[in-house]
Amino acid sequence: MLEINGLATAYGKIEALKGVSLSARAGEVTCLLGPNGAGKTTLMMTLAGILRPQRGSVRFEGEELVGKSPAEIVARGLALVPENRLVFPGLSVRENLLAGAYRRKDRAGIAADIERMFDRFPVLRARITQLAGTLSGGEQQMLAVARALMSRPRLLLMDEPSVGLAPLIVAEIFSIIRQLHAEGTSIFLVEQNAHMALKVAQHFCLMEQGRISFSGTPGELSADDVVQRAYLGQRRAA
Amino acid sequence: MIELLQRTLDGLLDGGAYALVGLGLTFTFGTLRRINLAYGAGAMLAAYCGAWLFQRFDAPAVAVLMAVVAVAAVVGLYVDWLCFPAAHDGGHDVTHAVGPAVTRSGAPVGGADGREVVALASSFAIWMQLEQLAVQLLPRHLNPFPSLASASEWLLGPMAVRPDRLALALLALLTVAALDRWLHATRGGLAWRASADQRVAAHLVGIAVARVQRLAFAAACGLSGLAAFAVLTIDGQVTPMVGMWVLLKGLVAAMLGGLGSVRGVLAGGLLLGVVEAHAQGLFGAVGRELATFLLLFLVLVVPLGRWLPRRSEAAVV
Repeated sequence: MLEINGLATAYGKIEALKGVSLSARAGEVTCLLGPNGAGKTTLMMTLAGILRPQRGSVRFEGEELVGKSPAEIVARGLALVPENRLVFPGLSVRENLLAGAYRRKDRAGIAADIERMFDRFPVLRARITQLAGTLSGGEQQMLAVARALMSRPRLLLMDEPSVGLAPLIVAEIFSIIRQLHAEGTSIFLVEQNAHMALKVAQHFCLMEQGRISFSGTPGELSADDVVQRAYLGQRRAA
Repeated sequence: MIELLQRTLDGLLDGGAYALVGLGLTFTFGTLRRINLAYGAGAMLAAYCGAWLFQRFDAPAVAVLMAVVAVAAVVGLYVDWLCFPAAHDGGHDVTHAVGPAVTRSGAPVGGADGREVVALASSFAIWMQLEQLAVQLLPRHLNPFPSLASASEWLLGPMAVRPDRLALALLALLTVAALDRWLHATRGGLAWRASADQRVAAHLVGIAVARVQRLAFAAACGLSGLAAFAVLTIDGQVTPMVGMWVLLKGLVAAMLGGLGSVRGVLAGGLLLGVVEAHAQGLFGAVGRELATFLLLFLVLVVPLGRWLPRRSEAAVV
């Protein structure tokens, strides 16, 4: 579904991505692990069209995305839940969802989808007219996910949705990821919480210093010594 | 007592004009977080083009109005292209947008880099350029402009109202209301507010942020043309002072109302108008000018927000 080949993105002279290649299959949750500064967020911002890569290609369902604007990428069915949520703080919850559906023209469908989001995230229904900037971190994360879903993406990109949230909220976020996956949404997830990610993802990649250093199934991930030490603690898999 | 009321009424009517003039400035600041110093000069050049049409071809007021608004909007595109390209990062190469987004967690975008200063300084240079262009077009100090001034006054009991000035104040009210409605009830308004609120997220939901901001800039400058036309038809003439007048009164009204707030500029304009009218009544014409600057000074120096009642943010919606 998503094929990334030799992707390199730089901030000035500093190359954050040094030729990243990986793929994400339709109907799966693909998880990207990696330490801070590895380039995970840069990769997500490049996929969403916010950053322009120096070289490499991103093919989504066979179509090249490099060179396309963020708007064109959203229109093709890719939506990013960005790091730090980036909700519209000065817009109400409802307006945030409407903005998420900005590329869509079907008014009735949008209204129905907003209702569906409120069914999925009941906490948002209670805050419908409240400004997003006044929501708690967990609520903002729900809103960011709902906003991305409003564009009806075929592939949902999520950049560290659990960071900075209380354990209970993290569990809720992961149950939503599981639910979305069960409904057939393909998800490409960046996550530091490897234990939680192991419960939802079917494929793992490890990124270090701008390169992919490991790619495999959850079983292979658990068996890998380096990954084991760095992400799952010293305890060996039984 | 009657005199006080009359002055207040006059001030309110003047205030409508100030609000109309400040609307474009506040609208630009709302999107770009930049002040366009060439705002008044653009309105002046547009007004001069209108006056030229009026003198040369005896154009009717409606044609002059359309020309003034159109020229002001085109000048706006020119200023935007020259002075504010960094503000919207051009096309989809939005590497810069990532910076402000990170610093924008609550706090307004500060002087993270030199781009704001460059925009301000270059718009000042364009101010001079536009003013010179206008003066080259019509070198005389006084130039006739279509007049829609009313000859008589309406009497409201002991007080008098000039219908033309009442119409101007109503126009301001309607324009502010229409713009406010557009911002809150349309897809375009949502795109404008989203782009102003969180640029990176606006890109992510598929809004063409650069285009939205360019159009907003041109529309704001078009508004300055409408404001200049409305004010000048009362005088029936235009002088090179109009540019400075538009910028100064507009800036004070916009700042009093909280730069960036469309509803606020109406309150700011009315406040400025009333304060000026009373200052003039008490201290004459000098007092009026003094009041403008004193008010601006107070707004900039005194943190008024501290004494205003804090409203729950949830109620703002």
